[in-house]
Amino acid sequence: MNFKGIARIVGIALLLEACFMLPGMLLSLWDGEPDVALAYLATEVIVLAVGGALFLWGRNARGAFYEQEGFVATSLSWIALSVLGCLPFVFSGQIPSYVDALFEMVSGFTTTGASILTDVEAMSRGLLLWRSASHWIGGMGILVFLLAVTPAGGGYTMHLLRAESPGPSVGKLTPRMGQTTKILYGMYIVLTIVNLLFLLAGGMPMFDAVCTALGTAGTGGFGIKADSMASYSPYIQNVTTVFMLIFGVNFTVYYMIVLRRFSAALMDEELRLYLGVFALSTAGIAWNIRSMYATLEETVRHAAFQVSTIMTTTGYATTDFDLWPSFSKGILLMLMLLGACAGSTGGGLKMARVLLLMKNLHRSVRRSLHPNTVRVVKVNGEPVSEWVLSNANAYVTAYCVMLMGSYLLVSLDGFSIEANISAVFSCFNNIGPGFAEVGPTLSFAGYSAFSKIILTLDMLFGRLEIFPMLVLFSRHTWKRSL
Amino acid sequence: MKIIVAGDGQVGRAVTRQLSREGYDLTVIDPNPEVLAASETRYDVMIVQGNAATMGTLRTAGVESADLLIAATSADEVNLLCCLTARKMNPSIHTIARVRNPEYTEQQFAMREELGLSMTVNPEKVAAEEIYRTLQIPAFVGRDTFAKGKVEIVELEVRADSKLAGVPLNQLNQIVGVKVLVCAVTRDEETVIPNGSYVIQPGDHIHVTAQADKLARFMKNLKISTHPVNSVLVIGGGRVGFYLTQLLLAGGMNVKIIEENYDRCVELATAFPKASVYHGNGTSQKVLDTEGIEHADAVVTLTGSDEENLIVSMYANQLGVKKVITQITHMEHTAMFEKMGAGTMVVPKDLCSAHIVRYVRAMYNQTGEMLALHRVAGERVEAMEFRVDENVRYCGIPLKDIPLRKNILLASVSRRGEPVIPDGSTAFQPGDTAIVVASDIQPPIRQMNDIFAR
Repeated sequence: MNFKGIARIVGIALLLEACFMLPGMLLSLWDGEPDVALAYLATEVIVLAVGGALFLWGRNARGAFYEQEGFVATSLSWIALSVLGCLPFVFSGQIPSYVDALFEMVSGFTTTGASILTDVEAMSRGLLLWRSASHWIGGMGILVFLLAVTPAGGGYTMHLLRAESPGPSVGKLTPRMGQTTKILYGMYIVLTIVNLLFLLAGGMPMFDAVCTALGTAGTGGFGIKADSMASYSPYIQNVTTVFMLIFGVNFTVYYMIVLRRFSAALMDEELRLYLGVFALSTAGIAWNIRSMYATLEETVRHAAFQVSTIMTTTGYATTDFDLWPSFSKGILLMLMLLGACAGSTGGGLKMARVLLLMKNLHRSVRRSLHPNTVRVVKVNGEPVSEWVLSNANAYVTAYCVMLMGSYLLVSLDGFSIEANISAVFSCFNNIGPGFAEVGPTLSFAGYSAFSKIILTLDMLFGRLEIFPMLVLFSRHTWKRSL
Repeated sequence: MKIIVAGDGQVGRAVTRQLSREGYDLTVIDPNPEVLAASETRYDVMIVQGNAATMGTLRTAGVESADLLIAATSADEVNLLCCLTARKMNPSIHTIARVRNPEYTEQQFAMREELGLSMTVNPEKVAAEEIYRTLQIPAFVGRDTFAKGKVEIVELEVRADSKLAGVPLNQLNQIVGVKVLVCAVTRDEETVIPNGSYVIQPGDHIHVTAQADKLARFMKNLKISTHPVNSVLVIGGGRVGFYLTQLLLAGGMNVKIIEENYDRCVELATAFPKASVYHGNGTSQKVLDTEGIEHADAVVTLTGSDEENLIVSMYANQLGVKKVITQITHMEHTAMFEKMGAGTMVVPKDLCSAHIVRYVRAMYNQTGEMLALHRVAGERVEAMEFRVDENVRYCGIPLKDIPLRKNILLASVSRRGEPVIPDGSTAFQPGDTAIVVASDIQPPIRQMNDIFAR
């Protein structure tokens, strides 16, 4: 293990976090809340000290940097970021329990949006901004940002991109890593600003618009109002529906559009599956809830918004969908599993993986009927290697095992089955709200500290797609020798 | 600058490694997804799977906007077709093709002209020439020539009984009686560019820059034999062996080749009636002893297996053969080999990649064209020859007043073909050529102006 190389990366990630915290600190000064600003200041000192120390220790890192180091550096960066990033909540006294604050912070970075706050509106704006900003950073990934702003040192960078970016196979857009990550963040920033402008055009207050745009871009879903998005105008809700969908699409598609390769972008099989699932689910739910709302417009708006928010794993809400009939809730629960596209800011299994698994299943069925048949699984006309397929299968196995294990552990708290299943699904797939006791109008505050820690880990496992986190628990990782 | 490397084999990998370190936009094409995956994780490159000679694959690799295509697949014909197709799709692209089959030697220039190739490289031929150069004076571990052969950088091992042992470099010229410059010293696997107070120790490998005519005096004063070898035993009659035999015979040396494949032996015997060709396993001690390995002036091991080459070379060294040269094809050249007692290492893929890298840097150049690029002491140290033009800074200023970057040495300045080993008062002028030695420099030196600190 190249501990120095890992320390260097975690160090830089922390130094970047310190920069990202500054807007929240300035806002709390502007709002005349010196105690919050002081909490920020104390955190900044700690983050800079730890990050600086790690960076200085590891700055001359030499030697090899392989898959294992990439995995460990990624998961440790995320843990370090969360463990220190939640300190402003604790120091300011607004979330006094450290476990609660950590849950909130991890929920932010993993773009989950599940909250333990019972009254969001009581929190000061400086802290709300940091909460929403963490969605934005976690959406595209802090290490992708690190690769974009620091000169690439050697060939290890691919391991970091692979470990942090979601999806069954991760590739670069351009030959050089620095350029690829700059393009990714460039598109991300432009789309976020466009979203912000659309929201401002609808008369949303500046602060609300910024927080909503940051939360939408990262497909996070922290609301700054108790009723999430319900009290905003239909225009703002529709804009958010569309932008959540946009951020759930693989960013490669946007790069194709930038390159004017429109047909390649529109023919993307994953994109078509994604939009197909969205349309079908919206239609199904709209039909199922038609008697609950006064007009067709309202019915479709709520159906589309909820489908979009769950599918892209954002987690806003415009209505209390916990009151919907079972069929609609069933659809939403299934959408929680599927998730958004690979290479987007969303979570879940990812459409690309679902596509691979369905095609592989189809082939296996054929094979059981005609044992000598030879078929190649293709996506977008390109053959998929057996290695990618078996990895996708392994991922789903690990995914199911983790979901079942966490569900059993969380069940110790004695909540309803519906609440426990949806809480685990929601956290692991980085969505936010669930059903029953953790429904869209309620929070995760009721769970015990133990369950909160389980759910916190679920969020991290889900965001980093299990394997990078799993490596941390392998004893081979921590041995200096072979 | 966008570069496409077609073929992720030995040479392709070596070129990729070097060029990605220098920060170009690289795309690598190969039909094998596994080698591509390895390249993608090791180097900062984009990968494209497919046949590099097809328009579809080249389009995916972005040939329309690329500046240079390096075709280094295992087949000459594919390389040529690849360059031809690329030129059709993008007439302004530069193309470099690896053409290694000796049968194409004759039409080399016609092909280059007809297909619009910027350059062809032949790793085996380059390797054979390198081996031939080192064989001419066996005392040199390595030998590179510059300025049309008038300046050389030679590598020498300092033995315990040498006059040089324990001598600080600023007294070197009094001791050997000629003006030479030690531009690099390799000690314990580390190569440094020394200053005047550096003391030479036994076991060091010193890299000496000297005018070709002064070099002979230098060797004589140090009582090092400068006689060329007379009889050479070549083990392995592959392509490098073929080219080397050609050169050695032309140089009037006796050549004995041991080759395992009978048909190949017949081919060699047909092509070189003057050489003695033996059919047998060149790695068997019995065969080697029968063929009189200990009587050879030099042994060159050129079989396809690096391990066998190393072992035979170590055996030859043990028997006291004066000059032993080992070819390394598959493994990466490391300092480990230097300690094995297997003589001089020749790595065809690295030599070939140095040729290509020189071309790439020259393409990038605005001023101060690079004329030659040699790797001295493994990978770390580079010796480069530049043409000084009007745009090179500090023209006419004495060397002691020029701010050079760290780990850089100006080893020689030639004016109208007459080389000078520089001292503090030397100045260069437009029209001169200059040889620069640099050790482990980042960012790399692409043009003459890159050697200055300001």
